[in-house]
Amino acid sequence: MELAKQTTEINTTDTFIQELTTLNLGPTHPATHGIFQNILQMDGEKIVSGVPTIGYIHRAFEKIAERRNFYQITPLTDRMNYCSSPINNMGWWMTVEKLLGVTVPKRAEYIRVIVMELARIADHLICNSILGVDTGAFSGFLYVFQEREKIYDIYEEICGARLTTNMGRVGGMERDLSPSAIQKIKDFLRDFPKVMQEFETMFNRNRIFIDRVEGVGPITAERALNYGFTGPNLRAAGVDYDVRVMNPYSSYQDFDFEIPVGTKGDTYDRFMVRNEEIWQSLRIIQQAIDNLPEGPFHADAPEFYLPPKQEVYRNMEALIYHFKIVMGEIDAPAGEVYHSVEGGNGELGFYLVSDGGRTPYRLHFRRPCFIYYQAYPEMVVGSQLSDAIVTLSSMNVIAGELDA
Amino acid sequence: MAEITNELLIQRLQEKFGDQVFDIQEPYGLVTVTTTRENIIPMLQALYDDEVLQMQFLTTMCGIHYPDNKGQELGVIYHVHSLVNNIRLRIKIFFPEDDAVVPTATNLYATANWMERETWDFYGIRFEGHPNLIRILNVEEMEAFPMRKEFPLEDQTREDKINTFFGR
Repeated sequence: MELAKQTTEINTTDTFIQELTTLNLGPTHPATHGIFQNILQMDGEKIVSGVPTIGYIHRAFEKIAERRNFYQITPLTDRMNYCSSPINNMGWWMTVEKLLGVTVPKRAEYIRVIVMELARIADHLICNSILGVDTGAFSGFLYVFQEREKIYDIYEEICGARLTTNMGRVGGMERDLSPSAIQKIKDFLRDFPKVMQEFETMFNRNRIFIDRVEGVGPITAERALNYGFTGPNLRAAGVDYDVRVMNPYSSYQDFDFEIPVGTKGDTYDRFMVRNEEIWQSLRIIQQAIDNLPEGPFHADAPEFYLPPKQEVYRNMEALIYHFKIVMGEIDAPAGEVYHSVEGGNGELGFYLVSDGGRTPYRLHFRRPCFIYYQAYPEMVVGSQLSDAIVTLSSMNVIAGELDA
Repeated sequence: MAEITNELLIQRLQEKFGDQVFDIQEPYGLVTVTTTRENIIPMLQALYDDEVLQMQFLTTMCGIHYPDNKGQELGVIYHVHSLVNNIRLRIKIFFPEDDAVVPTATNLYATANWMERETWDFYGIRFEGHPNLIRILNVEEMEAFPMRKEFPLEDQTREDKINTFFGR
């Protein structure tokens, strides 16, 4: 009797206590691929709200750049999107060249295009293969990482470094493409498509993979534009904005390539857009290496281009210029310039204000990651935790670029 | 559609805002104008709504500090872009350091949220109406605004540090 009464009492109180769990996703979490934290409010497995906290690897690049010569800023740009450092390097050099009014010879521009497209392939490979890992397919990652090694070998052949490349100089490259570098690029162009095809066979029509990524973390074109999305993430939402086509730099107008776009802006679209961009990058590299023009590999700008070391020992003028450049005796013209390149993740912009000194007065980096990562809570609210991981992975948020 | 040239862009801005748009320049082909902070949001809104220009993409936004320009020490620089017409515009506003308050652009652009937080974080420019104006890259306990020019980076030639400890 007593028990029955109690039971009815419990049944009549139908106030269901909704208890949310606070989940700290990060700062270090194996599935976030970088150091950033998300404080999620969870209702069971479902995300109710999310607050991203960033800045864990903030290194004050904009402040440091205010005391550095132009050629000392390239190593800083390396460390932003470290998956595609050469694009950052070249974007920075082009900004400086625009400020100084240096015209880059055609051969140097083509070499830059080759390097930038290799970097784009490396960047997209990492993003897409890690997305595979997050959905449970580890082998694709291992297959393509071997190819990424080959891209790094090519960097090494061109500039001597692999990850943080510090490549190029004002007005061109620091040295010409060596015969072995050209051979390595050709080998890559020959071998890579097979691996890429294998990778695509593994994922593109894979039922398990599609079930995990289709319709996950979508964003409409309007919201994406309002959030300042650029690059593959914007194109996946269906907007064909690509800096390489809209404002061609470094002779991109010479090449024939297509801009893939998605329709729904979900994780599957982002994956497919990146895959297709890899194929288009291969097309560009093939055209560039076939039509590589003869001529000098750097501009004739002795005040800014470091002379070759042998010349410094033998030639008076080279010694003087070497000294002036290294000691920072040469002032840049006053002015302000904005230049943007299509980075691995979108429009990578450099806003440089020079007051006529040897260092920038103000240098602002438009980091695509920083700008689009703020849309992340909106994209994952209402989805499951595991979907949030996949969304984060497919957005390709690079902590270095996020925090500068 | 006729191509939008820099002259047309400047002309349209002057039609709408008259002498509130000043210091018009075109450094390296990018139209740069200065306006007052009262006019910045109406201007962004007008550019957004303009049927011809359709400047609906906020590329980036950053602060700047000129400590020697008395009464105009701090500034905010907006880069807006019309993806339809492929033309960019740079808008600057300047205001005194002791009254560093600017109306927020978050109602127009969702992307302005973090950009404004970053500008607040580094320059101490308060954006009125911002939903969540807290520091973003630096720690919250920080008291200074580090990108201001009164905080110079350490002089590389200073001699009061011991070489054995600091390696220089």
